Amino acid sequence: MSATIALPEKVEKKKTREGFGRALVALGEADPRIVVLVGDLVESTMTSFFAERFPERFIEVGIAEQNMTGLAAGLAAMGKIPFLATYGAFATCRAADQLRVTVAYSDLNVKIGGAHGGISVGPDGATHQAMEEISIIRSIPNMSMVVPCDYWETYKATIAAARHLGPVYIRFGREDVPVVTAEDTPFTFGKGEVFAEGEDLTIVACGVMVYEALRARETLLVSGIAARVVNLHTLKPLDVALLERCARETGAIVTAEEHQVNGGLGGAVAEAVVRTHPVPMEFIAVMDRFGQSGKPDELMDAFGLRARDIVAAAGRVVGRKRKA
Amino acid sequence: MTATGVAAAHQAGRLAWPAERLRAKALEIRRDIITLLAKAQSGHSGGPLSCADFGTALFFHELSVDPRDPAWPGRDFWHFSIGHVTPVIYSLMAERGYFPLRDLMKFRAFDGHLQGHPSRQDTPGIEVSAGSLGQGLSVCCGVAMAARMEGHPRRVYCVMGDGEQQEGQIWEAAMFAGHRKLDNLCGIVDYNRKQIDGDVEDICGIRPLADKWRAFRWNVIECEGHDMDAVLAAFAAARAHRGQPSVILAHTVMGRGVSFMADDHRWHGKPPKMPEAEQALAELGTSYAAWSARLLADGGAPHDAAPSRDGGASPGQRPSRDGDAA
Repeated sequence: MSATIALPEKVEKKKTREGFGRALVALGEADPRIVVLVGDLVESTMTSFFAERFPERFIEVGIAEQNMTGLAAGLAAMGKIPFLATYGAFATCRAADQLRVTVAYSDLNVKIGGAHGGISVGPDGATHQAMEEISIIRSIPNMSMVVPCDYWETYKATIAAARHLGPVYIRFGREDVPVVTAEDTPFTFGKGEVFAEGEDLTIVACGVMVYEALRARETLLVSGIAARVVNLHTLKPLDVALLERCARETGAIVTAEEHQVNGGLGGAVAEAVVRTHPVPMEFIAVMDRFGQSGKPDELMDAFGLRARDIVAAAGRVVGRKRKA
Repeated sequence: MTATGVAAAHQAGRLAWPAERLRAKALEIRRDIITLLAKAQSGHSGGPLSCADFGTALFFHELSVDPRDPAWPGRDFWHFSIGHVTPVIYSLMAERGYFPLRDLMKFRAFDGHLQGHPSRQDTPGIEVSAGSLGQGLSVCCGVAMAARMEGHPRRVYCVMGDGEQQEGQIWEAAMFAGHRKLDNLCGIVDYNRKQIDGDVEDICGIRPLADKWRAFRWNVIECEGHDMDAVLAAFAAARAHRGQPSVILAHTVMGRGVSFMADDHRWHGKPPKMPEAEQALAELGTSYAAWSARLLADGGAPHDAAPSRDGGASPGQRPSRDGDAA
């Protein structure tokens, strides 16, 4: 799927979690099986819209994420389509065993909305900056996972999660982030999207890093490097065919994620291409360290998660590719 | 269908056997447990034997289910949060008609469908997988909430262990159910006072357990867990209670029914070797040869225990992802 994205100079910003909250209402209108559970975070997960519209299908669980995960499993076993919402740090790390044994091993139709993913959570600091979800969810059989890049994609990913039979994790953030896609931009669960064409390398990104990748592409063009940009919103199942094609056609890859480097998007892409098309790769990610308090912009700069970091990495892989 | 009609239809899968017949079935369940453990040479002995009596009452008196159609919409929901007691779970299921008795002879086997701990994707009738302790009551709260949302008369039964009461998630779920007044939910604690490493009270005491559940706003019913009349009375009291979830603290003996296993925590997690199994089965009035032959002879013909509802799937089919028979 290709949907060329050209960014204007000034981009509108909007919260990804609002896309989640709005989509839940649309789902609730269309399907009486939709149930929403939340662990004392109604406002910050933006499940408030659903709670107001469908109070009889909304369950405030309180501060008990393990219990909430089990509740969702029980609801799913009875044919409901439960969405549970909490911060990603709690949805994955605190309830990891509940996800593994009760939800995933049973292959129950539970949807997890993991808010506050990434360093851009900001002032709350390391405990609330979830940066391990991709590694954890990817390693659990039967799980699927989407990391949407903006408001509209979070909306579409939430709708798609409800249509997919089986457990799905949706990772989104806290801050207003650039709206890269439009309401009518194609979104296919399980397929990456080529957002910009190029032959010199491929930048594979997810989440807010898709915006940074598109900005990096503009800078690289000035120095004569044509980067392809792939929005890899679905981390599991992985669009291996697209990644192999990009490796074959461009011969170099930079991955970009607001997540730990170990076991994240970069690792997934490397695993996918190394068997058939090993190419020079660089990884833009959080380098195996905890976050800290600060303003989101300060932290994105300090942790090397900017377009300029992608540009530098692109220069390195293209250089290695040309030497080879 | 009227509300009365729904309630009547919901009762269609209940056997409501009398105590005398339940006692006879519980003896057969114990024979099944020892035989399948002896065959597998792997698995837990103690807990399954302590659960055998109230488990039989649950399956052959209380529950409204259709073993030939495990996803029957009118069914009650049962779940063992203590996944390691699969010998009693599978014996109860097979005797009730979920799958042929001969399948018990492939407990924990690579070519069977009976995993060491219950698996929804492997065994028809297992609705949610279990094995990591403390998680089942939350699942049952979710099922109870679904029934409440739909105005469904379903009752929900959750079997827990006493050692399992040490898990924090049990109390998250207990607090939730008490707060929500889930009176369609009935917990059963197999209170055999033992866990793998020894006596529960020596390891991390749970007393006073009844007070704890009362403090979490539950109706607490205590009973002698091997006295069938007392167990039936406890289930009836739980069914009649309104406005609160009920928990039955079933006072039991680990390894009950086999003299050398009784009340000995060393039998929690190991199977009997063949000579020990022969001794156990002799105490239970049979032999390994005779009882394994009985199990192997059952290839899946409809059981007398199965309710006579029509249109069910045949036993032994694997459930599909959405829980309907494949």
